Amino acid sequence: MMKAVANYIKSLFLFELLKGLNLTMRYLWEKKITIQYPEEKTPQSYRFRGRHALRRYPNGEERCIACKLCEAVCPALAITIEASAREDGTRRTTRYDIDLTKCIFCGFCEESCPVDSIVETRVFEYHGEQRGDLLMTKEKLLAAGDELEEQLAADRALDAPYR
Amino acid sequence: MEAFYYLIYTLIKILIIVIPLMLCVAYLTYAERKVIGFMQVRLGPTRVNLSIIPIIGRIRGFGQPIADAVKLMFKEIMIPTNADRFLFVIAPVLAMAPALAAWAVISFADGLVVSDINAGLLYILAMTSIGVYGVIVAGWASNSKYALLGSLRSAAQIISYEIAMGFALVGVLMAASSLNLGEIVLAQEGSFLHWFWLPLFPLFLVYLISGVAETNRAPFDVAEGESEIVGFHVEYSGMLFAVFFLAEYANMILIAALTTLMFMGGWLSPFQGIPILEPLFAWVPGIFWFFAKVSTVLFFFLWIRATFPRYRYDQIMRLGWKVFIPITLVWIVVLGILILMKLPPWFA
Repeated sequence: MMKAVANYIKSLFLFELLKGLNLTMRYLWEKKITIQYPEEKTPQSYRFRGRHALRRYPNGEERCIACKLCEAVCPALAITIEASAREDGTRRTTRYDIDLTKCIFCGFCEESCPVDSIVETRVFEYHGEQRGDLLMTKEKLLAAGDELEEQLAADRALDAPYR
Repeated sequence: MEAFYYLIYTLIKILIIVIPLMLCVAYLTYAERKVIGFMQVRLGPTRVNLSIIPIIGRIRGFGQPIADAVKLMFKEIMIPTNADRFLFVIAPVLAMAPALAAWAVISFADGLVVSDINAGLLYILAMTSIGVYGVIVAGWASNSKYALLGSLRSAAQIISYEIAMGFALVGVLMAASSLNLGEIVLAQEGSFLHWFWLPLFPLFLVYLISGVAETNRAPFDVAEGESEIVGFHVEYSGMLFAVFFLAEYANMILIAALTTLMFMGGWLSPFQGIPILEPLFAWVPGIFWFFAKVSTVLFFFLWIRATFPRYRYDQIMRLGWKVFIPITLVWIVVLGILILMKLPPWFA
């Protein structure tokens, strides 16, 4: 009975509403968390999974041995690999395509790679202007790897203790 | 010739009110986005800057309302095939015109009013009631079931809250024993404790909340309800939609001005009757206090919007009919007794 009366008085004097107003008023003065995107950016993890790249060994030899584990593990079926023997008798890919329009950036290809060849870089701000721009070929992937090798190696080194 | 000069003079007075009012409406939208943004720990608009203008240009996003207006003007106005073209176009005007016309009797400072008529309060009631026709006509003319149902919904809401609002005004005119808005303000002279918000406190709250409901603002905005429900203006686009939008904000400013005049002492200084502060602020013109109070009420509207979730429709109706009308009726009786008792300091 008393509780009902107390509740009635509380609702009549808009007690809960005043509590809500108090809360929003407090947040009005709080520090704003907005990040002004192109000028400011959020910190990135070294495990960030962005656009792919194929890496090389320091001597310039491509790492990929065409084991096709990435192709097999890819849940989106975004990777297409064709392989044959090179003149020196090693097994190499003749075709290594990643369709970025299919890719879900799960990172399984990177996890499955026994030679750390296919990796996901920190690049996430990219776009395609024509059909085919988002279809990564072996040349494009290797070029991306060459360009970003320093960053990629540093990120792998940071992650090494947890592997 | 005399009549011609009178006409010109009146037109100039109208322009002096309407043009700054439109600017205020534009910048009220900016203020709204900023205030709500800040309350949600965001920044609000920051991108459109007016860096040509010296001091104002340094406020980030200050050009946003202008950019919005330009965008809306360049958008296509779509008129549905089966719509009643004339009514469809006239409906936003019907919503807008009363919101502007009501400003004729608002006194900004002592004697500073376009038309100082004795039935000012009745005129206000009449004008704010006409606004609902814009909503109904818009829903009807669209020839769409969603627009029609939406317009019926908001028309019912506006009419329901108008009753509580009207009763709140009855309290004001009882206390001031005048319908003239200038005299209502002068009846509140003394100190900020003499203002009518104190003896009429329940009516003040009812008026403020009904004002929010009347202008279809959050938390009573089932008329638009962006995320879940369609309202009377589904079929509107471009400038026609913008006029509805302007009408909503003009109405908001109007309600804030009326609240200021009737409950918060209009242009009277809040420091009146306080020993040291009163002479200290005696130089401040009344119109400044008027605008300061209107801004405070407007901020309160934005604050409410940033805080409360939307009411369910049956809850809106329950609040209007079963809570507000009984409260106002009871308080009018109480007020009558207070006035008969000549309770100082208000009714002495």
